[in-house]
Amino acid sequence: MTVSSPPAVARVAADAPKVKRKPRFRNSWTGWGFLAPFMIVFALVFLAPIVYSLWLSLFRNQLVGGNAFVGLDNYVRAFSDPQFWGSLFRVTLFLAVQVPVMLFLALLVALAIDSGRLYGRSFFRIAIFLPYAVPAVVATLMWGFIYGTRFGLVGNINEALGIQLPNPLSPDLVLASIGNIVTWEFIGYNMLIFYSALRVIPTSLYEAAEIDGAGQFRVIRAIKLPAIRGALVIATIFSIIGSFQLFNEPSILQSLAPNAISTSFTPNLYAYSLSFSGQQYNYSAAVAIVMGLITMLIAYVVQLRGMRKDG
Amino acid sequence: MTASTLAPARAPKASAPVGLRTRRRGSVEKPRKSVLLTVLTGIVLVYSLVPLVWLAINSTKTQNDLLSSFGLWFAGDFAFFTNVLDTLTYDGGIFVRWLVNTVLYVVVGAGGATLLAVLGGYALAKFDFPGKKAVFAVIIGAVAVPGTALAVPTFLMFSEMGLTNTPWSVIIPTLISPFGLYLMWTYSTEAVPTELLEAARMDGASEFRTFWQISLPLLAPGIVTVLLFTMVATWNNYFLPLIMLKNPDWYPLTLGLNQWNAQAATAGGEAIFNLVITGSFLTILPLIAAFLLLQRYWQSGLAAGSVKE
Repeated sequence: MTVSSPPAVARVAADAPKVKRKPRFRNSWTGWGFLAPFMIVFALVFLAPIVYSLWLSLFRNQLVGGNAFVGLDNYVRAFSDPQFWGSLFRVTLFLAVQVPVMLFLALLVALAIDSGRLYGRSFFRIAIFLPYAVPAVVATLMWGFIYGTRFGLVGNINEALGIQLPNPLSPDLVLASIGNIVTWEFIGYNMLIFYSALRVIPTSLYEAAEIDGAGQFRVIRAIKLPAIRGALVIATIFSIIGSFQLFNEPSILQSLAPNAISTSFTPNLYAYSLSFSGQQYNYSAAVAIVMGLITMLIAYVVQLRGMRKDG
Repeated sequence: MTASTLAPARAPKASAPVGLRTRRRGSVEKPRKSVLLTVLTGIVLVYSLVPLVWLAINSTKTQNDLLSSFGLWFAGDFAFFTNVLDTLTYDGGIFVRWLVNTVLYVVVGAGGATLLAVLGGYALAKFDFPGKKAVFAVIIGAVAVPGTALAVPTFLMFSEMGLTNTPWSVIIPTLISPFGLYLMWTYSTEAVPTELLEAARMDGASEFRTFWQISLPLLAPGIVTVLLFTMVATWNNYFLPLIMLKNPDWYPLTLGLNQWNAQAATAGGEAIFNLVITGSFLTILPLIAAFLLLQRYWQSGLAAGSVKE
């Protein structure tokens, strides 16, 4: 399994030149015939919008004079926009708490299933993965109802015990409630990634560890965790991207908790409202690009750090 | 196992994790099952399943019982079938329309995405051609760009092309699955022996015929995996149709359900939470069924690539 262990992007990069070395490949344009359909659509839905977005962000639509070139004004505005910073702070907080909790739980479950000590192992694996198949809309509606103090479980518990639980959809708690929904959706997905990586660790390593008399926790620390480093880094990067792009859950919860979730709750929601309620396409493009750059930067740093500790 | 019956020639690859598992458990140690560990992991299991159970139970309740009965148990009236009927017929059967739309987006979008990914991945794995490195760099670079940055300009572009508010505006962007391309690339590299292709070329088979008759069958488990994951992505898509579509007649299920839910909050809107819940339940059934029925394929396919989107 050449590509199995560290599934990182860097790993693929290392594979590309290796392919070249083999002499039997056809050095011709035939490959383009197979790749062209993908590349044409890719150019239309990836490259063109990126270029267009950069272009848009340099203009401003004014009542008088129409579209005017304003250089980097939109970016300057973004950097002094408290709503933008507020939303960025919120997703950063979300990232700092939700991602570690989710990945840690996913890792524990993956290790438990991989250890072979569970009764009904395959049931655990598939059942915990199932929420991934649930659309974010359905997951959010479902949890939104459960959170409800009217006919949700929270309401039921309050009624049954005669207590007053804090409302999960209040402004103070709504971010934590969203964190819970996202955790629920993606624990199984991340678990499966870790589990797939654990499965391909060579048996010989465990045999050696057993001869050395290493215990379970020792094996986990010394063999399993280092072996799935690549999977851990990838899962972290994708979770970071996911957090910065947070949109579906807050957008859908808005109708259940209109006071707790503002139009600039997350950067993505802010960019969306700017475009589609405010018609400020140019500024919205700048906000989206700034977020894109921040996301890429952080993902890049995580990958560098994650990969450097090797050995 | 399953994968190997489908593609005998690439059996060593697909069954490798399976083989490892049996060998490891057999010879190294036969770990004692632990009740404590099972119970602890069971907490996460309960966490994962309770909301789904809640959804299933509450899809059997009437609007009134929803408000008055305990959430995790059945109410007096078993209204599941009435709810399903109401869901399907409400507002002139708009739910069925949304279902048909979703199926259309999934078949054309996810099917097309899989096709493009298979062809492209195969090209990257089995051919050397000018500009290959550049293609690789561009794709990896573009994947790192958050979808948000693309949404608004894509909308404006499509709007100028007159595509917004048509099914194409949802289908075209879903045709690209970088994850699918990557998975098919690694899968093709391993599953299709280059010697086999050489032999076919010696015999004078055209490239397309070689691909169709020799490579495609070998790629089957990988294709199922990519298809399943692009299907989920398309079926669950919300942001893209939200931006592109104004006309409810073109909504997919996700957007429709959200509209039903929001309806209660608007002035004079009828609260139809029982239909939202039943509709949600109906929406997730096909995907859960697909994942359960096809587990062997996608689990071996994922293990081979060991990647995630």
